[in-house]
Amino acid sequence: MMTSENVVALNDVALEAWTSMIREQFPILKNRVHDKNLVYLDNAATTQKPESVLDAMDHYYRHLNSNIHRGVHFLSERATEAYEGVREKTRSFLNAASTKEIVFTRGTTESINLVADSFGRAFVKSGDEVLITAMEHHSNIVPWQLLCERTGASLMVAPIDDRGEIIVEEYERLLNGRTRIVGLAHVSNALGTVNPVKHLISLAHRHRIPVLVDGAQAAPHLRINVRDLDCEFYALSAHKMYGPTGFGVLYGKQNVLEAMPPYQGGGDMIRSVTFEKTIFNDLPYKFEAGTPSIAEGIGFGAALDFLTGLDWNAVSTHEHHLLQAATDALSEISGVRIIGNAAEKAGVVSFVMDDVHPHDIGTILDQEGIAVRTGHHCAQPVMLRYGIPATVRASFAIYNTKEEIEALVRGISRVKEVFH
Amino acid sequence: MSDLRSLYQEIILEHNKNPRNFRKMPEASRILEGYNPLCGDHYTLYLKIIDDTIADISFEGSGCAISKASASVMTTLLKGKTKTEAEKIFETFHSLVTGELKDVSFETLGKLGAFGGVSEFPARVKCASLAWHTMHNALDAKTDLVSTE
Ligand SMILES: Cc1ncc(COP(=O)(O)O)c(C=O)c1O
Repeated sequence: MMTSENVVALNDVALEAWTSMIREQFPILKNRVHDKNLVYLDNAATTQKPESVLDAMDHYYRHLNSNIHRGVHFLSERATEAYEGVREKTRSFLNAASTKEIVFTRGTTESINLVADSFGRAFVKSGDEVLITAMEHHSNIVPWQLLCERTGASLMVAPIDDRGEIIVEEYERLLNGRTRIVGLAHVSNALGTVNPVKHLISLAHRHRIPVLVDGAQAAPHLRINVRDLDCEFYALSAHKMYGPTGFGVLYGKQNVLEAMPPYQGGGDMIRSVTFEKTIFNDLPYKFEAGTPSIAEGIGFGAALDFLTGLDWNAVSTHEHHLLQAATDALSEISGVRIIGNAAEKAGVVSFVMDDVHPHDIGTILDQEGIAVRTGHHCAQPVMLRYGIPATVRASFAIYNTKEEIEALVRGISRVKEVFH
Repeated sequence: MSDLRSLYQEIILEHNKNPRNFRKMPEASRILEGYNPLCGDHYTLYLKIIDDTIADISFEGSGCAISKASASVMTTLLKGKTKTEAEKIFETFHSLVTGELKDVSFETLGKLGAFGGVSEFPARVKCASLAWHTMHNALDAKTDLVSTE
């Protein structure tokens, strides 16, 4: 007979085996830094890449390299097929209704800029409002700010509480007949908060307001279902989900994308061009001007295969354990204060220490081979909200281990030694 | 460890804990802010210049140990110096933290020598230089916010 303790122990052993199997696929994790094993805890900035992603990109350049959507020759057809195959993988990953709704971009930042520019030009005018939240990344603030400056609309900000959760009543109060669009993070990069986006979207929809979800930090940790969320837009970056830099996605509901003017002009996004008039291409190509990052797109396809091939039960259990272990261990260290204590968190622990600046902590941890991010994490308004200039942020991925969290804790003891 | 000790020398840790001339100066003739957006280091530097001489110098603000100690040490070194002397010390400091000052024993540099380890930590050179750049610009009577980015 198995007691419940046995079950936990067994699960732990199984999880450990699972983690080592995952680690094997990431060559960089074998690196040494300052003569120490690399402990990479800066995954919210960018994740490492598995062998399969590196191989896919290498294979493209060695065997398929050519421009897509234009040649009739063999290579171009093969490359187009590979690249467009990624669109279908993305559709399936997000559970979108059609590949017409999958626009490829350079990343979350470009996805949001695309919407702020194109949707903004068509639907936002003087006196209107754009609503965001107080925990947004600069890339989900500045494009809207620029739009407001251009049009004379106002940028409204839904506040967060001390734990780092959106105050839903305040958010609801800010939704009104002047609100043209809402932009909100699925998961906060500075605090780790998982927002109740489905509920927040439905509240906006009561006023028929479309919602853009910044999914940059959610995509590597959560299963995403855009049809279930019912958001109008969802933005993500390949490089935060084990894929290459310079590639990302904008999901948009087909009817909304159709009502929007093109973003950039150029090749690929047109059906026909004369000096008098240009007829634009169909979705999603209308929003994809110029030769895209083909190798990166194909690498992203391999990252999606990697992600969808994972045992998601193991992923959530493992990531939950890591977050819990880090939270527990850091809370026990005197002088350490965790910033962001939302009930629902994913992958991120931000903290400050009495009398030691995050930048100094970062340097000392680096000497121990531990990579963390220190600074404002492109979320200066969040830092202002907590009255701090910066935090240390440890952020986790599937390949991190409890031993690495122990290394972080030892690293913080070093900090204390240096700063006695 | 040896590397860390060369960065966080006792003088630096001590000045970080007890910064000198850490106060507002209402009668200052020049007030300038220095800001490093990357890490949020933010200081205000106060200078009282009388007849080309730094009659008084102080600072306020917050930031990492390296930037704060550097500002503190700077104020102790520059009080009473002429503008020309101050610029000379700035040059020495600059070449020290960027690793251009070779074959000098750090002892001959006095308190400045404590910043010799910074050159091994390229990411921290900006921290060490922030207050100095602010001072340099203040002497030039530039009135803008100084940013090292
Ligand atoms: C929440 C969030 N939004 C947007 C971005 C911007 O992503 P990218 O720089 O890949 O465009 C980031 C990346 O740091 C992020 O964490």
